[in-house]
Order: sequence, then structure tokens, then C-alpha cells
Amino acid sequence: MAKTPTYQSGLEKFNRTSNGINALFTLIFILMAIACVVPVIVVLSISLTDESYIRETGYSILPTALSADAYAYIAKQGTMILRALGVSLLVTVVGTVLGVLLTTTMGYVISRPGYKLKNFLTWVVFIPMVFNGGLVSSYFINTNFLGLKNSVWALILPLAVSSFNVIICKTFFRSTIPDGLTESAEIDGASQFRTFFSIILPISLPVLATIGLFLCFGYWNDWFQSMLYIDNQNLYSLQALLNSLMSNADALARNSISMGISFAELVATMPKESARMAVAILIVLPVACAYPFFQRYFITGLTIGAVKG
Amino acid sequence: MSTKLERSKSRKRIHWRKQDSELTLLALPTLIWYILFSFLPMFGMVIAFKNFKISGNFISNVLNSSWVGFKNFEFLFKSNDAWIILRNTIGYNIIFIILGIVLPVMFAIMISLLHSRKASKVYQTMMFLPYFLSWVVVSAVGWAFFSFDKGILNQFLASLGHDAVNWYMEPQYWPYILIFLNIWKSIGYGMIIYLATITGIDSTYYEAAVIDGASIWQQTRFITLPMLKLVIVMMFILSVGRIFYTDFGLFYQVTRDSNSLYNVATTVDVLVYKQLKTATVGMASAAAFVQSMLGCITILSANWIVKKIDSDSAMI
Repeated sequence: MAKTPTYQSGLEKFNRTSNGINALFTLIFILMAIACVVPVIVVLSISLTDESYIRETGYSILPTALSADAYAYIAKQGTMILRALGVSLLVTVVGTVLGVLLTTTMGYVISRPGYKLKNFLTWVVFIPMVFNGGLVSSYFINTNFLGLKNSVWALILPLAVSSFNVIICKTFFRSTIPDGLTESAEIDGASQFRTFFSIILPISLPVLATIGLFLCFGYWNDWFQSMLYIDNQNLYSLQALLNSLMSNADALARNSISMGISFAELVATMPKESARMAVAILIVLPVACAYPFFQRYFITGLTIGAVKG
Repeated sequence: MSTKLERSKSRKRIHWRKQDSELTLLALPTLIWYILFSFLPMFGMVIAFKNFKISGNFISNVLNSSWVGFKNFEFLFKSNDAWIILRNTIGYNIIFIILGIVLPVMFAIMISLLHSRKASKVYQTMMFLPYFLSWVVVSAVGWAFFSFDKGILNQFLASLGHDAVNWYMEPQYWPYILIFLNIWKSIGYGMIIYLATITGIDSTYYEAAVIDGASIWQQTRFITLPMLKLVIVMMFILSVGRIFYTDFGLFYQVTRDSNSLYNVATTVDVLVYKQLKTATVGMASAAAFVQSMLGCITILSANWIVKKIDSDSAMI
């Protein structure tokens, strides 16, 4: 018995790829890893570069003429940016909480074996996975029928539930929660609500984290809903703001508090190029800092999803 | 005796317990969500067969607008661009499906063979990053590289003594750029899915193989790849089912909707969005209708074919 581990580790060592191949693979992965991180570095360095330098020589991968003007400008004039940040945060928080609730309740319900409407609801969840009404019809339902045009709910509601997430939840509840647990709660006289909220949810943290993270990053990164439904600049999220800055760098100035100076003056003095990238940094930095810590939850989610439900 | 049994059976079937009501109540909000945001749009698709006017109330609009049969579809398929758009949509998707399976599988196997576990974790994390960037941000990054007067690529070309290229006006480069960006954004995600499966493979298979004298290549060929088959097939069905859908952000945002790139970057999604925005609702809804119908047919037939070949690998 004691021999097995040493044998195993010995075998592993013996079975390794040769050092040459290892070095080659390592080199390939280092290059690819750099290629994947470069964009964030570029955006950061442009946001930190002096505006006149950009005007003369263009963008560069590494910051050359350092300046924090863009951030100072944002801090000083950025009512629009602050509002966009607020919208983004609000949509992300409310959307994630609502989405998690809607997803887990449905997932739980269709995971209960004895439930009478189980098959019906499973079809309700399944059909949209293969067939959907398409963009045009959804657009008209959402704007004309539900009245979501220029409403913050247009950014939240359409993204709240995805059948894929419901299936992940259902698979999780089905495979990890023993039937005896719900049965005993039932015998003790607990209602299904009580069972779900005070027994099932607390022991389902892994799947809550997974779904919550998917939703959270989805809401934070969404720009398409804004593009479709939001015309009112006051309801722009950070993504929508960056989107409009990409087509028109002056957009910021139009909404800034001009402190005694004219619009033309404001446009002339604002650091357009670097301000644009500074907004991008406001979007990217939280994501880039947060996701490595949550990566394992994503992997859990991806692999739960990959198992047939 | 038998009637009694039958009666008790049928009573058991229709017996609705208290907890059924409670569970239904628990599912009700999500059910309402599904009705409003998934099933209503399905019925809303009738506007593809109508001469739809945008004014006032949606339901009265749908009821009052006149039936035009397949006229919208006729316009769609008679337009000169129908062929270009179909070619772009399916062509890019075929390339994305092939590369999107071959490359992540290859790199997942390669990264699993690295000696250092720690280094492999670091590479994985770094390669997962583009997956979390929104297309708006990617489009900003693209602008930093491809912009005519300030772009990094043109500065690089200048330093080599070449002329600057006006990237957003030159369609010949964009198929490569779009394919590169798609792979770049999704490779970390694909790699992690396959890697999770590889690390889950029972190590005794490999031990037995080593004792039989199998080389690393043989182990990959006869153990790793067969074990990955299920996941590969599943990813394949999922992506084939979406063959008439494209990533709108990639084709619209990253190209900055440049008119010169129309022939290489317009896909069904871009067409639908543009027509929706220019209020050519008839054609847009016809295009969206065709898209969902074909999407549904492809996902079901891909699953059916896989089921015929290997019933365990099918999804549905």
C-alpha cells in the first residue's frame, strides 16, 4: 500500500513530455497569454497618455508620456460618467438578484420528482432553447406591448432568465440534494417556500455563485439592450456611454457641467482620446480584477452545464 | 378488483396536493417571464406575414395590419444582398465551428501536458480574459490598433517603411481579422471546458497505457480524445444549432459598421438590426423569421443525426 504513491509519482515523472516539448509548449502559451492581455494594457496605457502626445504620434502599447489628465477630467466634469456608472451598477445588482431568484425557483420546481406540472414547465423551459421569436418580434413586444422603451427595466428584464441557467440549476438540485431532505422538511410541516428559502438555497451556494456570476458579468458587459431600447442619455450605462464615445468623442462635453466656459472651449480642452479609453478602463478594470478570483465558480458552472441534464 | 385498482390509480394521477400549489406559486414569476419574453415574441412572429405599421398599440397594430402572405420573404430573397448575407453567415460559422473545436481541444491537451501546474493555471487565467471583455471594449481596442492616423498597426508599418493602410476601408483583410478576433475571444472558454473533462479522466487509464509502453501521442489518440468525444459532440450540436446566428457585436461593433466592409461583414443579425433601425419592419421580421425557423430545424436535425450515429452523445 505504501508503495503505490511513490510508484504513481514516479510513473508521472517518467510519463512526462520531454523537456524540449515542454519548453516549446510553454513558449506558445506565454505568447498566447500575452496576446490575450495586451488589449487591457493598451487601453490602460492610452488612458494614461498625455493627450497632445497622442495627437502627435498616435496610440502606443506602452505608456510613454504619462499623464492622468483623462481621469482628472472625468472626476471633475463627469456627471454623465457618474450617472452611467450608477446605471451600470444598479442594473448589475438588481438584475443579478432578480435573475438568480427567477432561475433558481424554476430550476428547483422542475427538479422535484413528484410535482404535477413538472413536465409542462420543463417544456416551457426547453422550447425557447431551440426556438425563439427573433429580434424584431421581441423588440416590438418589449417596446409597444410592455412599454419598456427608455426604461431601465429594458436593460434588466430581457436578460434575467436563460433556459441554459435554469437547466444548470435543475441538474444541480437533482444531483446534489437528497430527496430525503425535502421529504423530512415536508413531514415537519414546512411549506415549499420555507423548504426552498431556508433549507435548499443555503446549501446550494456553489450553483448560486455560478449563476450569479454569469448574470453579473452578463449585465455589466451588456451594451446591446441599451443600443436597442435606450435613447435617453440619462439612462446610458457605461457600455452605452463608451459606445457613443466611440462614434463621437465630444459626447461627454455635451453633458458636462461647463464651469463658465463655452461648449467650444470645453471640447477644445477635453482630453478626448484618453477620456474615451479611461471610460473603457472603468468598465474593464473591475472585471479584470474580479474574474480570476471567481474563475473556479465559472468552471463549476461550465462543467455542470456540460453534463447531460 | 381491477376497476378498483384503476380507480385508485386515476385518483392518484389527478390528486393535486398542497405542495403542488406551493411549487406552482414558486414557479409563477418565472413562468410569467417566459410567457412575456419568450412565448409572446413567438406569436409576434406573425408580423413577418403582415404589412406591419409602427404606430400606437402593438396588439391593435397586429390585428389591423393586412396580411401580405409571403411578400416580405419575396423582397428579402429577391434583394441583391441575400446571397452575400447568407454566404457570410454560414461561411463564417463553418470556419468558427471547425476552428472553435480543433484549436481549444488541441490547446487543452497541450496545456494539460505542461510540467508546471502553477504556470498552466496562470496561462489559463490570462487566456480566459478576452471572454469577459464586452464587444464595445473590444471595438475600442480594435480602434487603437486599426485607426488610420493614430493606430498602432500603422505606426508599426511606418517603422518598417511601409505605407499606412486604411483598415476600415479595406475589406480584404477583414475575414482574417474577424476570424482571429472570434477565436481570440472564445479560446479560453473552450479550452477550460475541455480541460475540465481531461482532468476528470481516471488516471489509471494512463497508468495502464504507460505500462503497455504507449507514447504520449498514443495516449492522447486512444485515451484523451475518445474521452473528450461527448463534450466535443455537445459543443458541435450547440454551435451547429446557431449556424444562422452570428455574434452581432463582432460583425457590427468591431467593424464600426463601416460601409466599405458591407460585403465581408454583413450577416443576418446585422441585416435584421439595421432594417429594424431604419424601420423596414417587413423585411427585418421576415429575415428574423427565416433565421429562427432554420435555427430550430438545424439544431433538431443535428441532434437527430448524432442520435442515429451514437445515441449516447445526443443532447435531447
